[in-house]
Amino acid sequence: MAGHFEPLPGGGAAVALDEVEISILRSLAVQLLELIGPGEAEGPDAADPLARLFAEGPSEPPSDPALARLFPDAYGTPGTDQDRQERAYAAEFRRYTETDLRARKRDDALAMVRSLDGLTVAGDRGAVLRLSPEDCARWLGSLNDLRLTIGTRLEIGDENDGEALLGLPDEDPRKPMVMAYLWLGGLQETLVESLMA
Amino acid sequence: MGTVSVAPVEIERPETGESPFAVTEPDVPWVTLVHNDPVNLMSYVTYVFQAYFGYSKDKARKLMLDVHHKGRATVSSGSREEMERDVQAMHGYGLWATLSQDR
Repeated sequence: MAGHFEPLPGGGAAVALDEVEISILRSLAVQLLELIGPGEAEGPDAADPLARLFAEGPSEPPSDPALARLFPDAYGTPGTDQDRQERAYAAEFRRYTETDLRARKRDDALAMVRSLDGLTVAGDRGAVLRLSPEDCARWLGSLNDLRLTIGTRLEIGDENDGEALLGLPDEDPRKPMVMAYLWLGGLQETLVESLMA
Repeated sequence: MGTVSVAPVEIERPETGESPFAVTEPDVPWVTLVHNDPVNLMSYVTYVFQAYFGYSKDKARKLMLDVHHKGRATVSSGSREEMERDVQAMHGYGLWATLSQDR
């Protein structure tokens, strides 16, 4: 079952991972954690949990395209300019939700790192990762966030772009990222199938 | 409740410019729209519609296909507050969602 999840009796799912796969997944999850970061609530009050609780989030979309995809505007029609009201509503929504959303995505990525760190690799055979139903949901979220992030970096704008990336020559600098993207897609697809089984 | 008649307060409004907060009509329902994107897996989108909204597999799949083929689909409707909750949840799952008033 290399590279794909299978359902576990009684709920949850399992996948066999070798040492390289574990290290790639872990490194991607850590990069995702760094990308999401603590958000805009940083500053002198960041250490005070009470101040953090009442701190408002940002009102502008993130400038990084991958972050902008992870935290999109809640008002407006994609591909068209927002009107004044949509901009005002989107800013208000973001102030009250983005901090929570960042925290959730960070928690999901942390759960991924923790389950990988809990594995004991036995020589060349690698290890079998077993996820509880709850961890499956967190992994699904993080695998999706990773694919959204890599997809943005690879500038996948429509279905045809995805197909074109399949045919990249080996020497193309994007090749490793494309391979990771496809591999994560396989993991996510089989994890969804395991949960729906 | 007093019966003193009070003439409505005259509020000066700009004649033309869109006054940003006066347009929404309270009786018109809001909708949550999910937009197509080339990264999210069709199976994952179906899973999210089932897991979050509790829709049947058939309904979830039909909505997913609408997103895929028509570019977007209305996945829920209700008050503005309810739709903001749904949109926030969709963003949590990584789906591209917006809310708007269904006019």
